[in-house]
Amino acid sequence: MKEELQAIEQEALAAIEKAENSQAVQEMKVKYLGKKGSLTTVLRGMGKLSKEERPVIGELANNVRESITEALEAKTEKLEREALNEQLETETIDVTLPGNPVHVGGRHLLTSIMEEIEDLFIGMGYEVKEGPEVETDYYNFEKLNLPKNHPARDMQDTFFITNELLLRTQTSPVQARTMEAYQGKRPIKMICPGKVYRRDTDDATHSHQFRQIEGLVVDKNITLSDLKGTLDVFAKKMFGKDREIRLRPSFFPFTEPSVEMDVSCKVCNGKGCSVCKHTGWIEILGGGMVHPRVLEMSGYDSTVYSGFAFGMGQERIAMLKYGVNDIRHFYTNDVRFLSQYHQA
Amino acid sequence: MLVSYNWLRNYVNLDHVTPEELAEKITRSGIEVEGVEYLAPAVENIVVGYVKSCEKHPDADKLNLCQVDVGEESLQIVCGAPNVGEGQKVAVAKPGTKLPNGMKIKKVKLRGVESNGMICSLQELGLDEKYIPTDVAEGIFVFPEDAEVGTPVQELLNLDDAVLDLDVLANRPDALSMLGVAYDVAAVLDQPIHLPDENLNADESIQAEDYIDVKIDSIENNPYYGAFVIRDVEIKPAPLWMRNYLMASGIRPINNVVDITNFVLLEYGQPLHAFDYDRFGSKEVVIRQGKENETMITLDDQERQLNEKNLVITNGKEPVALAGVMGGADSEVTDETTNILLEAAYFDAASVRHTVKQTGLRSESSTRFEKGVDPNRVKRAGIRACSLLQKYAGGKVAAGVVEVDELDKSEKSVTITTSKVNQRLGMELDEKDVTSVLARLQFEFSKNGEEIVVQVPTRRLDISIFEDILEEVIRIYGYDHLPYTIPQGWVQAGGLTDVQLLQREIKNYLSSAGLMETLTYSLTNKQDASRFLTPDMEEGTANTVGLAMPMSEEHSHLRLSLIPEMLRVLQHNVARTQTDLAYYEIGKVFISEEEQITKQPIENLHVAGALTGLWHNHPWQQEKKPVDFYVAKGIVEGLFAHLELDVTFVQTKMEDMHPGRCAEIRLNGKGIGYVGQIHPLVAKDFDVKETYVFEINLESVFSVHQATPSFTDIPRYPSVTRDIAFILDNDVPAGEVQAVIKETGAPLVKEVSIFDVYQGEHMEEGKKSVAYRLLYQDPSRTLKDDEVETSYQAVVEKVNNQFGSYVRS
Ligand SMILES: [Zn+2]
Repeated sequence: MKEELQAIEQEALAAIEKAENSQAVQEMKVKYLGKKGSLTTVLRGMGKLSKEERPVIGELANNVRESITEALEAKTEKLEREALNEQLETETIDVTLPGNPVHVGGRHLLTSIMEEIEDLFIGMGYEVKEGPEVETDYYNFEKLNLPKNHPARDMQDTFFITNELLLRTQTSPVQARTMEAYQGKRPIKMICPGKVYRRDTDDATHSHQFRQIEGLVVDKNITLSDLKGTLDVFAKKMFGKDREIRLRPSFFPFTEPSVEMDVSCKVCNGKGCSVCKHTGWIEILGGGMVHPRVLEMSGYDSTVYSGFAFGMGQERIAMLKYGVNDIRHFYTNDVRFLSQYHQA
Repeated sequence: MLVSYNWLRNYVNLDHVTPEELAEKITRSGIEVEGVEYLAPAVENIVVGYVKSCEKHPDADKLNLCQVDVGEESLQIVCGAPNVGEGQKVAVAKPGTKLPNGMKIKKVKLRGVESNGMICSLQELGLDEKYIPTDVAEGIFVFPEDAEVGTPVQELLNLDDAVLDLDVLANRPDALSMLGVAYDVAAVLDQPIHLPDENLNADESIQAEDYIDVKIDSIENNPYYGAFVIRDVEIKPAPLWMRNYLMASGIRPINNVVDITNFVLLEYGQPLHAFDYDRFGSKEVVIRQGKENETMITLDDQERQLNEKNLVITNGKEPVALAGVMGGADSEVTDETTNILLEAAYFDAASVRHTVKQTGLRSESSTRFEKGVDPNRVKRAGIRACSLLQKYAGGKVAAGVVEVDELDKSEKSVTITTSKVNQRLGMELDEKDVTSVLARLQFEFSKNGEEIVVQVPTRRLDISIFEDILEEVIRIYGYDHLPYTIPQGWVQAGGLTDVQLLQREIKNYLSSAGLMETLTYSLTNKQDASRFLTPDMEEGTANTVGLAMPMSEEHSHLRLSLIPEMLRVLQHNVARTQTDLAYYEIGKVFISEEEQITKQPIENLHVAGALTGLWHNHPWQQEKKPVDFYVAKGIVEGLFAHLELDVTFVQTKMEDMHPGRCAEIRLNGKGIGYVGQIHPLVAKDFDVKETYVFEINLESVFSVHQATPSFTDIPRYPSVTRDIAFILDNDVPAGEVQAVIKETGAPLVKEVSIFDVYQGEHMEEGKKSVAYRLLYQDPSRTLKDDEVETSYQAVVEKVNNQFGSYVRS
């Protein structure tokens, strides 16, 4: 009997191996494992066996059944996989055709620049202050040490609305308003970004509307070295860690001493090229120590408090950083310009 | 201010510093030098020649045949200049020379006669046209008789000079003079300064007071007036060196008298004026304010209308000069002048500025008075000019100056301490570092313990307080020595306010929604400034703000809406075949509540969008979706969903918008914006096709927005959905029905959505079917079928009663 069982197993495994489709596999199942199948038929003769032989043959029969079942299942899975593969092959598409387009929007380059600068100073503990774009003569000029008839007023051509109202020519009035609001009672660390306006004819380097960002720090013992160190952090973050800065004397009515800051030219690395007019340096921004009169006018005791302030044009920063050659691009909003700076 | 390097050498030793190095040093320590230019390119082999003889060319009328002695040799030169003549000293380019204009000088034959060189004009020597004196503009240049034959022309004419262009800011009027620049350069280079000769040997036989009297009626505007008298002058060209320096400084030489006043103006920064004494009209100078209806003719032959605000110089009867601004035509120095009345005066800056603004006359003189001159140099400049007139115009200077002098010439003193200097700079300078800067600047000082008392020379009008001295110390000591530090001490958490964060959030959303941010001008034209108003602005109370003096009509008024300038952006792009566009902008609008503005307008922040062309375009799959109302509305709905605010949309009519495709956006029942299609006629005006816009007043959003949303638990029990289709009259807004369903079904109905709208076939005329899906949910339990059914029936009944509808079967 043992031999019969082994013969059935061998025959079945060989037959299953040869089966070509699921129908044939089903037939094999009936033929070997079915009620009338060969295994069942053989097992019917179990009664004739001795007590000792029965468990041995019984175990062998189970093993044979399991082995055939496994072979049937394996074959079925293999055939199904083959069928699926065949079907998937017919579903092949052209992956080189374009995908379903997603509308891509984005921030304006100047917004990106502004937010980058804001975040840099926020990281150093500055708050962001804003103020009106239509200002009074008082906050735009007088509070900044520019009394009426001061010759330095000619430095900025102003859009006046009335004798007392104007479009702000700088974001500095926000500094004046903040100092006034705090009334000399607490230190200040702030930046003020925003739109400003000047009577300039629009051309490649001038715009009657542009954006500034200014900074102001007031505390006991603020030094000119603090301004230099702060501007150095700014320049390295905006223009690269290899950049160097230098300060030069300048003049602004609301700071004394006043400085101009240059950054070493990225194009020529300070050797001199057409971008930096062969000086190796590019003028970036102005600043200085807050004029004692400006502090006093807003209630800060200039013998106790000192401060520094700086200001820059956002367009200029963007133009230098991204090589934009005409300021008008920022305001024409040509989609072919704007879409160049999606991830600026 | 143009500064001649060669001229400056008269006051400071520049032997060890090139013009370029000097420019760099000046820029780093005080005044920005915008450029260094050489007067003419370097040329060799051009020397002074003596014209021994000059005859007509045998075969050409217009040519001359000259024998010219150039020192080592004598050259035969054919010259075409009409002013060439025997006995002249001229500039000769010898054969082999290359002129600045590229011309090469060779031995040639002209009409059969050999020519061995060329006699040159100033233009040919490379000098810029604008500097060349009018009397020598035509033809060759003739040197004064004392020019030595064979001398290279380059240095004789100062053509090797370099000119530094200084950008002098309002705080440094002292640098509008050669002496002022010299003081600064001497300090920077740590060199002594050599001052000009102010010795004057007046002719004691004539006394100025016998010739002139001075009377000032307006002492506050004219605290000093000095009158000098110079007799028997000979009007002729100024000496070559002086003409050279003037040319290098951008001033065209005229004659010795005018040139000397200009030379002293540049040297001392003190404007002077020379009158023709004999044409002055009287023997007294009276300075007073102008009178209404008074007129005078200025040097430029213009008649000027005067008033009480103009300070004028008169001869006691009528004005002869606008003080500090321009002289009169009647008393001008001419070629026939023999006696000079020289004015050296101090005019008040504001007074001069007023006259300049009124007349538009801005000159080298007025610029200096406007910015302020050194009170201690006024008289000295007069004396300097007299000594030059004596020397170069052959004049006899009358002894004495007739003057009225109430000018404050005292020096200010400023007290500093080294510790305070260090405290402000963040440095550790020694007292010696500080005092040596003061010494280099030639500021006198005395010490009183810790204190250093600095006497500020009157030439430095910009210095009056400690911080001014601080700036002097660090600029001369060098900014490069400053360390790099970051403010220590007080600390705050930096950051953005809720409103600023919200703006960034709105930009994030709109950018991700596929819109591109624009930045447009706040100033637009008058008509566009008051269009497309959001519903919070009421007709009549929202006035535009106009500029007093706009530069153009396109930018004359501040906007009340962002839309017109955004439409202009669409127009620009569409004209460049960019047709599918979606833009947004966040910016301020300016609302004046007054018709005649007297106070600052309200500034409201708005967000706006403008969309045109295709919203979706996927051609090979035949998917194309043009922008329509619902695309624009969807963006707005998404925005408010993002901000977690409930808004409603109500059909509305707006000027400039499509009458049937515009919705007012309401927040808490208040109109805060609109969304819709712009009127096709407006679109046509802007050369754009079908365009949809939205605009929202963000101030209303900021006032209700919660920065930190509160937590709501995620539902744990299943929801039940029920669908209903109502047959409604066409004009019933689906949104209103939706609102009624939600209200009636509350609190079990959590959401109501519209999933089908049908009109047309199988539908009664004038009716439409709108299908709603209701979502029922209770956060605390599973709902029972019968309570959902009860609620459902209540909704059906309510809607049918209110809108006369019925349920579609
Ligand atoms: Zn460079």
